[in-house]
Amino acid sequence: MSAVKVQVRDLDMMYGTRVIQKNLNFTVSTGDIFVIMGGSGCGKSTLLRHMIGLIEPARGDVYYDGQSFWDAEPRAREGQLRRLGVLYQSGALWSSMTLAENVALPIAEYTDLRPAEIREVVALKLALVGLAGFEDFYPSEISGGMRKRAGLARAMALDPDVLFFDEPSAGLDPISSRLLDDLILELRNSLGATIIMVTHELPSIFAIGTNSVFLDAETKTMIAGGEPKILLRDCRDPKVHRFLTRGEEN
Amino acid sequence: MATAQIDDSATAWQLQAERGPDDALLLRLSGRWTLDARLPVGAAVLDQARGRGRTSRIAFDAAAVASWDSGLVIFLRALAAEAERRGITSDLTGLPEGIRRLLALAAAVPERKDTGGARRPSFLAQIGTSTLEGLRGGRELLAFLGEAFLSVLRLTVGRARFQRSELFLILQEVGAQALPIVSLISFLVGIILAYVGALQLRQFGAQVYVADLVGIAMTREMGAMMAAIIMAGRTGAAFAAQLGTMQVNEEIDALQTLGIPAMEFLVLPRMLALALMMPLLGVYADLLGILGGGFVGLTMLDLGGAEYYQRTVNAIGLDDFAAGIIKASVFGVLVAIAGCLRGMQCGRSSAAVGAAATSAVVTGIVLIIVSDSVMTVIFDLIGL
Repeated sequence: MSAVKVQVRDLDMMYGTRVIQKNLNFTVSTGDIFVIMGGSGCGKSTLLRHMIGLIEPARGDVYYDGQSFWDAEPRAREGQLRRLGVLYQSGALWSSMTLAENVALPIAEYTDLRPAEIREVVALKLALVGLAGFEDFYPSEISGGMRKRAGLARAMALDPDVLFFDEPSAGLDPISSRLLDDLILELRNSLGATIIMVTHELPSIFAIGTNSVFLDAETKTMIAGGEPKILLRDCRDPKVHRFLTRGEEN
Repeated sequence: MATAQIDDSATAWQLQAERGPDDALLLRLSGRWTLDARLPVGAAVLDQARGRGRTSRIAFDAAAVASWDSGLVIFLRALAAEAERRGITSDLTGLPEGIRRLLALAAAVPERKDTGGARRPSFLAQIGTSTLEGLRGGRELLAFLGEAFLSVLRLTVGRARFQRSELFLILQEVGAQALPIVSLISFLVGIILAYVGALQLRQFGAQVYVADLVGIAMTREMGAMMAAIIMAGRTGAAFAAQLGTMQVNEEIDALQTLGIPAMEFLVLPRMLALALMMPLLGVYADLLGILGGGFVGLTMLDLGGAEYYQRTVNAIGLDDFAAGIIKASVFGVLVAIAGCLRGMQCGRSSAAVGAAATSAVVTGIVLIIVSDSVMTVIFDLIGL
């Protein structure tokens, strides 16, 4: 059993008085590829936004390496955030900056490396996602798949412990999406990072997911969890089963 | 749990070079190989080794590395590239599994060389490029004006496609909602004109002519111009930002593929609204400006209210009003054209939306002032 990296305890999410999800409890171990799944509108992305510090939970907390995130002092929380990397759904690259400047910004902000050293780090990160030589391109000049990979290079800029992905394969063709899965897996294996992703791409879920949580929009809580392949085989809940088999009866 | 104990040996990187058989160089890495540890440069390591004999092969032993991050990968990548340039082979088997994978991944897609880096063009090329750019801008402006004119024609025969409810919303936005700022600015401009006039006219004991001065200046010139400049900053920029954002979100493409011309659906109601509202705002600004002048006349110049009113009525003719209203209508169309043109030309990034809004205001104000001078000369020639 590997060490617990991220823990979500008794988390309630609300927009105003509207409950999105309540009583969420799960742990993510170091090196997991953890999938947050569920139908559209069940609050998957909202849960992600709670975990990366964009929305404060109505109740409960998120723990990184046993340290409370929302209870922490602002400075400590900033330190925790620095250990996280996030790939947003459409890349969220800053459009007025080149790819190199996008990747360099977090490094320049949070380390005291010299410009020449930053250039080397940027070159490495872009090479890792297969974008060597695209340093001086603007996000608007490259394709959607490339933007996503550039976003991944930026998410990895500070060598994070935990990488978050919001719908990594949305808007990608099956082959690009498969290549991105391979890349995620490869980065997990070589960097030793923990990966948490929101997705409803079944091929991705089964190909790389090692653990998961299933959110349900009707009961407004998690109704299943565990390794997706085992979930498909053993889970008796009709909703989870329908999701994992695309609604096809067997 | 992380403990505060710091192991001295793990705080810095160490590199030992050993000569092996067959001109091999064995690099023993230990300690902390992270970015913030100021790691060595690959080429320098090879230079040092060359001082002690020929090298044809490099091997690594990284068993004693305490911790590493991208820094070690960067060091090894540069070292391997430099070694390859010098005809030395690198044997990576002694490195941790993760590093070997990362090095392979970084080399998996070769660097694109044909990406056309940012070469600085020559001076002549820059002149040529900006000339062509200017010509293209001119062509785009003409095409825009042509299309706008055609859509106005279609409007007159009742075939233009836009939503009436949208038109009313825009009318409210550019008309009623602009009243507070137009009131404030025109009232103050009236006060300023009255002050400047009074300073001069008092020398001749002719303060009472302040009413004439303010009345004529506001109706012929300042009412329309101030209202137009406010609208260029307020509404022209808003039009450019709205249309620019729609361009970024591909909303304009969505209209185009439905066969609905963006010119009719988006630009026409905006031009109509400003062309209709600007004369009204101009007249309103005239009134507020005259009130501002009257305020100065009554409080500072000891003129009577009835007297000021009478002088103003006598001074202003219908032709002054007509000149002001014609100008305001022209300004309205120009501000709308500047805003919509820049919005439609907007690029597909958030920075481009900002540039479009700025450019809309600048273009709008330039057009207002230039057209104002032209119209003033023409009105003088035809005696309006």
